[in-house]
Parts: sequence; structure tokens; C-alpha cells
Amino acid sequence: MSVEGVVVKPVVRGAAFCMAHVPGMVLSGSKPRREITHNTNGLKQQIVSNLRSFADAVAYPPHQVMIGNLTPEALSKIERPWHQHPIPNAAAEGPGGRFIDEATFYAWMARGDCARLLRFNEFLPGALETALAANANGAKIQKIDKTALADAIANGAEPFFMGSSDPVGVFLPAHEEDESLMAPVLMENAAAKVTGAIALTDLLKKYNDPPVDHLLGCGEEAVGDRYQRGGGNLAKAMGEMVQGNIAGGTDVKSFCAGGIHAMLLGAALIASGMHRRVVVVAGGSLPKLGMKFQGHLQAGYPILEDVVVGVAIDLAADDHVSPIIRLDCSAFHRLGQGSAAHQMAGALSAGPLYAQNLRLSDVDRYAVELHNPDITEPAGSGNVPLNNYQILAAIAAQKGEIQREQMPEFVAAHGIQGFSPTQGHIASAVPYLPHAIAGLTSGNMNRVQFVAKASLFLGRMTGASDGASLLIERNPALTQTQKGV
Amino acid sequence: MIDLKDKLVLCLGERDGIAAPALQACVESAGAEVIYAETQCFV
Repeated sequence: MSVEGVVVKPVVRGAAFCMAHVPGMVLSGSKPRREITHNTNGLKQQIVSNLRSFADAVAYPPHQVMIGNLTPEALSKIERPWHQHPIPNAAAEGPGGRFIDEATFYAWMARGDCARLLRFNEFLPGALETALAANANGAKIQKIDKTALADAIANGAEPFFMGSSDPVGVFLPAHEEDESLMAPVLMENAAAKVTGAIALTDLLKKYNDPPVDHLLGCGEEAVGDRYQRGGGNLAKAMGEMVQGNIAGGTDVKSFCAGGIHAMLLGAALIASGMHRRVVVVAGGSLPKLGMKFQGHLQAGYPILEDVVVGVAIDLAADDHVSPIIRLDCSAFHRLGQGSAAHQMAGALSAGPLYAQNLRLSDVDRYAVELHNPDITEPAGSGNVPLNNYQILAAIAAQKGEIQREQMPEFVAAHGIQGFSPTQGHIASAVPYLPHAIAGLTSGNMNRVQFVAKASLFLGRMTGASDGASLLIERNPALTQTQKGV
Repeated sequence: MIDLKDKLVLCLGERDGIAAPALQACVESAGAEVIYAETQCFV
């Protein structure tokens, strides 16, 4: 940084992921919900019959990478499809995060129901009763009978499920005419709120000091009413749910690239001296559940998009251990730079590196869109991270860093096996953070670049794309300590 | 090989593959008229 008076180097200390396994909520995902409406020929039951158990979801090898119990390198050695090769005795918790089951998720939904819009069926599965008692934090659980449940659904309430196609409860609409406060919209926002809040809770347990000066939300939900659809600040709502020392919050929006934008802005707030600690936080995407269920059913797979994922990322002033965020080697995609894959990679990866006299080959790993190919390939979406690495390798060849025939080696050396659930902003580079931080502190890495892309055109307000990148580097103080200086 | 001159073309792009503006630039350079272009994102 060249700003006068800036002395603080921002670091990234850790990241925590909350993996909420919510197979019942697959029925509420945008694609399954729409298809079930059009197809009354047993589709709902077919979906329910192909959902995974909690144990299967925990033992799923890519999920073990998400919570840090398995490395991406180890995952790439496991034969695909990965659901056929579960990890024996897999733990539901690891250094990068933890799983919660569906009953616990609904209990957190009740805990976060500040507008009193949740209603549960009067008869609930035992596991849900137990979870509500243990995790609802004293929230009043409102129960209604089957007839009232059916009436509520007929009047716009959104049902939610657990273990069968009969609802265990409903989310009520908050207004009769306001499309922004319709029940499906509110349930989507609530799911994001609680998964982000759980990730934040877990992060604060690991890193207690200093107090959090600011939360930066980076999810993709639109929170607001008819007069300010998408008004936002879900970050502050998550902070309210967490019993910690948190001052304030703001949301940062740029589709899937929100996480990297927020990390850069948070790092800049720390570098400027305005804040000592900023936590980037996001909940997961309920609408994306089951998005590619048709491809999975056709391939004979279980429905693999069954987790809503929250994340919290800890940014602080230099602690002389954690990786430094190189603000001088970051990039925001600029208008006019073009949105084709090679243009994005040029602007976000090669551009900032070459500006600092670094080559693409000087970066140990590139964290790009890390979508799990077992999820995307059966639906015809290809291997997204591999596509990105091939472009990077082609640019390295174009710049003369490698020979064209060395491109596969470049991909193998600098790429990462995709492992993330297809949760949009969650899958965009940040799942590698726990692995990168380990590699840059106790491992032998020196630099990792995080690259995120955003499909702004989906909102129909622009034809443009967006993206952002940042470089994190081994802390020089740590290097000196290790060298015995 | 198809001669695209004066052909009407629909460009359906994919974010992590080939985006619609890139398809559009290619076919227009070959003399085609693009009547619809859209990029989708499936992740």
C-alpha cells in the first residue's frame, strides 16, 4: 500500500464452514420445486427416495475436503464418482468447519425466527423434538395441527420437510401482497442467515480476540421489503444471532465474487487502520439445492446438492504468523476488460502478478471456481475448475513461462481438484482458504491466488461479468522465525 | 465448414465455457446476424 500513514498489514487468520445437510430442503430448491409443480407423476417421491443420509453426506470425500479433514490432493487420488467411495469413520467436524444435521438446522431456524413466522407440525420426528429442545436457545416453538398446516400452505405458507414428503412445518408469508416478503423468499433468507450465523459462531470460538469491529456479508440473497427489495445487511442479522463482541456490519454484493470483493474491502479497512478485525460472512443458498437433480437421477447418483453452506473468514491486523493479504497484488475486473475466459484470467490472474514482477508459475496454487465435478458433469456443465486451469496454463504458455506441451503439468502443479458444493458465492475460491492457510503456515507454500468470477448478466441489468482476485503470501515474520533469524 | 454470411444466429453461451459475447463476435466477423445472445451460468 502506498497510502500515507498506512502501517498495518492485513492477514487472513482462518475460515470456518458450516455444512448444513438438509435433504428435506432439496424439495424447496428452485429447480426441484418448479419441476414438482409441473410433474405430478411421482417426481416428488422419486426425489425423496434419492436423498442422502447424514452419514453418507459426512463421509462423502469432497465434503471431508470442505471441513479440512482431507486435502484436495488426496481427493484427486480417490476414484470417481466419489459417492461410491465414502471415507470410513468420517468425522463431522474438522479444522475447516463442521456439519450440522437437518434437525439442528431447523432448530437454528427457530432460534433465528425474530418475526415469529415458523410453525411446526404438532407431531414431529423425535430427532427434531430433541434438536429443538437443545438448539433453539429458548425460542418459543409454535406448533399447529395438520388442518391448520394445510390451510397455511393454501394461503401462501412455504412447507419444509424432513425424511418424507409430508411437511414438518411451514414458513408463513409476512405480508399478503408484498412479493419480497413471500414465504419462499423469507425461508431462503432465513436459511442463509442461520448458516452464516453458525459459521460465525464457530469462527469466534476459535478466534476470540480482538473484538470484531465489522462484519462484511457477501451472500447472494435479497433481504428487504417491497420498497427496498435487496436492501440487505444480512451480516448484521447474523451478528445479532451470535453471542459475541461484534460492532457492526454491511453487505457487499457481486454475485459469486462477493466473497473475494469482501475480503479485499475488509483487508483494506484493516490496512487503513480503521478496523483491527473484520469478519467476512455468508450464508448458503437454498434455491441452489437440487439444481442439477435431473442429471444426478439420470446418472443413477443420489441427489448431491443437499447442503446449504455458510462461511466466516477472519481478517485481522498482522499477527506475524498468518498469511499476508497482498493488496498491492489484487484485482477488480474493470469495465471494458472483456468477459471471455481468457480475458478474465488475464485481468484477474496474470495482470496483478506481472504488475508486481511475479510470474504465473510463482504462485503455488490457484483457487478458482472450485465446483465439485461429480455434481456438474452429470448435468452437462463440465469440470469448471479444470476449464479455468487450462486457460491459466494457456496464458502461461502464451507468456513464454512454459512450453505449450507443458500445459498439463502446469494444471497438475498449480490447479486444485474441485470439491465444493455448487453454492455460488461459497464455491468461488474461498473453500480453499483452510488448506491455503495451513499450506502457508505449517506447510511449504509461499503464495496462493484466489480468483472469483460473477455472472452479473443473470440479473438482466447488464451484459457484463465481474470478478476479483487476491494474493495471499507466507508471512515474512514466519519465514524469518523458521530460518532462525 | 458452414458459410455464416447472412445467416441468422442464436448464441447460447456458458459462463465458464464460451460466453455469448465471444460467440457473437466470432459469427459476426463471419458475416452472420445475431438475433439472440444470452450467457447462462449453471453453477
